[in-house]
Amino acid sequence: MNYLVQRLLTFPLVLLGVSLLVFFAIRLVPGDAIIAMLGTEAGLLTDAQRASLAAYFGLDQPVVIQYGRWLTGLFQGNLGISTTYGKPVLEVIIARFPLTIELALLSMVIALAVGVPAGVFAATRADRPSDLVVRLFAMLGQSTPSFVVGLVLIYLLSVNFHILPAMGSFTPLFVDPLGNLAQMILPSMTLGLAFAAAVTRIARSSMLDVLSEDYVRTARSKGASQRDVVWRHALPNALIPVVTLSGVEFGYLLGGAVIVEQIYALPGLGRLTLDAISQRDYALVQGAVLFIAFNFLVVNLLVDLAYAALDPRIRLGGK
Amino acid sequence: MRLFNAVLRHPSGRIGAAIILLFLVVAALGAIGLTPHDPLKQYVIDRLKPPSGTYWFGTDLLGRDTFSRLMLGIGESFLVAFASVAAAAAAGTVIGLFAAWWGHLWDGILMRIMDVLLAFPAILLALLIVAIEGPGVATSITAIGIVYTPIFARVVRAPALALKAREFVEAARTFGSSQPYILTRHLLLNLVAPLTVQITLALAWALLTEAGLSFLGLGTQPPAPSLGVMLAESKSMMTRAPWLMVFPGLTIMLAILGFNLFGDALRDILDPRTQERPA
Repeated sequence: MNYLVQRLLTFPLVLLGVSLLVFFAIRLVPGDAIIAMLGTEAGLLTDAQRASLAAYFGLDQPVVIQYGRWLTGLFQGNLGISTTYGKPVLEVIIARFPLTIELALLSMVIALAVGVPAGVFAATRADRPSDLVVRLFAMLGQSTPSFVVGLVLIYLLSVNFHILPAMGSFTPLFVDPLGNLAQMILPSMTLGLAFAAAVTRIARSSMLDVLSEDYVRTARSKGASQRDVVWRHALPNALIPVVTLSGVEFGYLLGGAVIVEQIYALPGLGRLTLDAISQRDYALVQGAVLFIAFNFLVVNLLVDLAYAALDPRIRLGGK
Repeated sequence: MRLFNAVLRHPSGRIGAAIILLFLVVAALGAIGLTPHDPLKQYVIDRLKPPSGTYWFGTDLLGRDTFSRLMLGIGESFLVAFASVAAAAAAGTVIGLFAAWWGHLWDGILMRIMDVLLAFPAILLALLIVAIEGPGVATSITAIGIVYTPIFARVVRAPALALKAREFVEAARTFGSSQPYILTRHLLLNLVAPLTVQITLALAWALLTEAGLSFLGLGTQPPAPSLGVMLAESKSMMTRAPWLMVFPGLTIMLAILGFNLFGDALRDILDPRTQERPA
């Protein structure tokens, strides 16, 4: 069977699996959604009020019926009502999504801007001291947890320059672009560092591969300058694995960065879901997880397609 | 053994092995109680003391010795990392082997379940499991173990499929070797190389995830020290007592670095494609 067709067929199957898993897993979390929603005021509810609230959110039905209803709703673009926000789940998710996309994009830009030149630099000086230094930094970058990077960045800024990164109230991009960027730069750097380290490593090793190929030697023997050989002949081919890696990483980042959002108090998709789990906001957890999984699968599919498009030697479907 | 010697000859493998060994020794000393101070005892008059001869890495807000706490925290983090990776490797190997061996429908079902787990955002899956079971060491092990199972299943399945089609497996089947014998002797033994690499790299990831969960307050529970808990506690103190952040931060970085270096060396040695070249 054609690889693409096969991928497209399993796509809804995997999503269905994710929906089953999240639906039943969140219901295993001890605690009652209505009590979690109302907090201490829950004690004031009469039985009738509690029953009518449960009926409003559809929580009075047997679990299987609830799942069936949720699934039918999905096909109509209705992900249910969030108990925490009292709004449609899709609306709540869409409101948080721009920040998550922005964070993912900025981190990727930082990662590529740092990682590709660093990787190329290291590859052209293989095994010399400068290569070892780049590799050491890349290894360190990959070994440092994001919260350590985040804490160090905040510490350096607040102690050395006495500017605490603006935290607390978040400025959306379209309201105040500069204020927004000022807030986003540290979180993006925090996420971008490990990402850049990964890009550096893969760019270096794939550049080394390409530089040893015959066509590069031909270009050299025809008298092309070192700069031309590296940047014009070798780099485009060396970038293919970089594209794949960045795409997959970007897919992960679209799922929100729970820890970084937590450190910098950013209202992204990760924290939204984290809070929704602790609030027993069933509909929101289900919707958010499904949304994240959907994006992840789409991005991965696109990465595969891009891979085939960039490298004609690859025939998807061949074993 | 030959493999181990090869890793020790590899420069980054040697450094990685040395780091891991150092951490194991420190964790063992902490586990048998050979810490400079009692990690849980609060030396009230010595609160927030900077590093000194008495308190090598300083003390925290409650006057507890950071170095002693780190020794215990390393043990805790390593326990979670080793146990969860062992569980994930075992489960993933079994699933991957059976998917490849049975093929057809079973392959489809098992691997689609693995796809579901892979598409499920990892940290959120872990958080959900923590929410269900309640935070703690056992939960962290379960959560991280489940998250990494599909990766092992994939790592095992592809080469197992290739091995299944090889003549020697075919021959073993014709001679009437039992299925368990073929699966363990012919398939599993030939999968040791990719599994070893994956286990080492997964250990680095598991350490990272454990620290992340603890940092969010969902892993090891205070007052038990863990690297993530200590870093989370340091956040509000960072201007007054930066050592509370620096030492746990460096410790966790070094531990992960050790496994990454070791894993890289292993991969270099075991993967013939990259053998000729330093990582």
